[in-house]
Amino acid sequence: MGGWDWGFVSQIMPTLLRGLLVTFEATLLGSVLAFALGLVLALLRRAGIPVVSRLVWLFIEFVRSTPLLVQLYFLFFVLPDFGIRLSSLTAGVIGLGVHYACYTAEVYRAGIEGVPRAQWEAATALSLPRHRTWTRVILPQAVPRVLPALGNYVISMFKETPLLLAIGVIDLVGAAKEAGAGAYRYVEPYTLAGLLFLLLSYPAAVLVRRLERRVGH
Amino acid sequence: MPADDVMIRFDKVVKRFGDNVVLRELDFQARPGEHVTLIGPSGSGKTTILRLLMGLERVNGGTIQVGDEYLSHMRRGDKLVPADERHLRKVRRRIGMVFQQFNLFPNMNVLRNLTEAPISVLGQPREQAEARAKELLDMVGLAEKLTANPAELSGGQQQRVAIARALAMQPDVLLLDEVTSALDPELAAGVLDVLRDIARSTDVTLLCVTHAMKFARDISDRVLMFDGGKIIEDAPPAEIFDSPREARTRDFLQSVIET
Repeated sequence: MGGWDWGFVSQIMPTLLRGLLVTFEATLLGSVLAFALGLVLALLRRAGIPVVSRLVWLFIEFVRSTPLLVQLYFLFFVLPDFGIRLSSLTAGVIGLGVHYACYTAEVYRAGIEGVPRAQWEAATALSLPRHRTWTRVILPQAVPRVLPALGNYVISMFKETPLLLAIGVIDLVGAAKEAGAGAYRYVEPYTLAGLLFLLLSYPAAVLVRRLERRVGH
Repeated sequence: MPADDVMIRFDKVVKRFGDNVVLRELDFQARPGEHVTLIGPSGSGKTTILRLLMGLERVNGGTIQVGDEYLSHMRRGDKLVPADERHLRKVRRRIGMVFQQFNLFPNMNVLRNLTEAPISVLGQPREQAEARAKELLDMVGLAEKLTANPAELSGGQQQRVAIARALAMQPDVLLLDEVTSALDPELAAGVLDVLRDIARSTDVTLLCVTHAMKFARDISDRVLMFDGGKIIEDAPPAEIFDSPREARTRDFLQSVIET
């Protein structure tokens, strides 16, 4: 046991911050992938090709119905059997990105359906081509509305990055575990890791809530 | 073949929504530059005519022509087949529409609402599209609202922008779908004045669904009374409004005046 050791804190801080950087990296890249792929999935579902729409639906349901951890194991441990070898961070980012894309796709879908039919009709009445209708009329109205929901998924992803530890990514929690294991002291590393998560995700959540209110009216 | 002096021709057009037959073998024509107003009770099929012309609905029977081209159909060899999206898009370009609820794009300012389609559909250079947009805004009395967002405008102002936006595409035919129904009488008056101006000063063919009877009398060359998916009376405004032949027309006009 023993109390709080500030000397130990300053000793492990650099390791923890290195881990935090990895957490950031995974969250950032995972979010970019989730936002982009989610939009593609949402558009494919609405493309009006029944086979494609059905396949996308199946894919989304499949990913949403299986644990992220299993998906990460699959990417990292099973794909090499098929000749696809990914670094642990790459596998982690793809895992997070694809998993969350299946949630953001639904968010985009709701946003797109929230644009009044009359906007489509106005675009038709002006003979705007389909792609132009999407890029200039529909998405600029749909996306701002769903930014808070997307923001919430970023926060949620941020808090799930420790799962990447299972495939060898040394994130913040991984760094805390290593720092603790070296000295057989876990109070400081895990407390600090928890505090860092809180310190970052709470203000982010407040920000998202503020955004929600702005978009709301 | 369509005659040269016809801008719009409906030939035995049938439109159903489920079991509900909205248009029953409707025949009607409008000449280039003619101002035609459709009146009649709600649900009589007036708005459906405009929506068919805009390609927002498809016919269940019969054909629609715009100028010398089929809108509802296209030629394949010597057969007439239902129009595909590309054909529809091409013919539809000759037609503009103003909606009851304005339907401006809220994510664009007034100027961009007016220039988006001329630039991306007609391929106009930006400067030309903007110069034309300014002329049109001047015409509808909103020159100073160039950079305003639609949400900052009153309903009447939004509708005048919507009229300018439709005209920016230089349509041969302008469809007006109850364009003042969503406006207070004061604001409606401003919109109707703008439309009177357009009717006087351009050669655009106007097809207008309205409950504003005084306006209809002022601008129309012909008024068509609709009931049950058919035209039951077709006459110049003075005749329809002052001495309608049909009892149904008289009843309808009476009811409109009372409300």
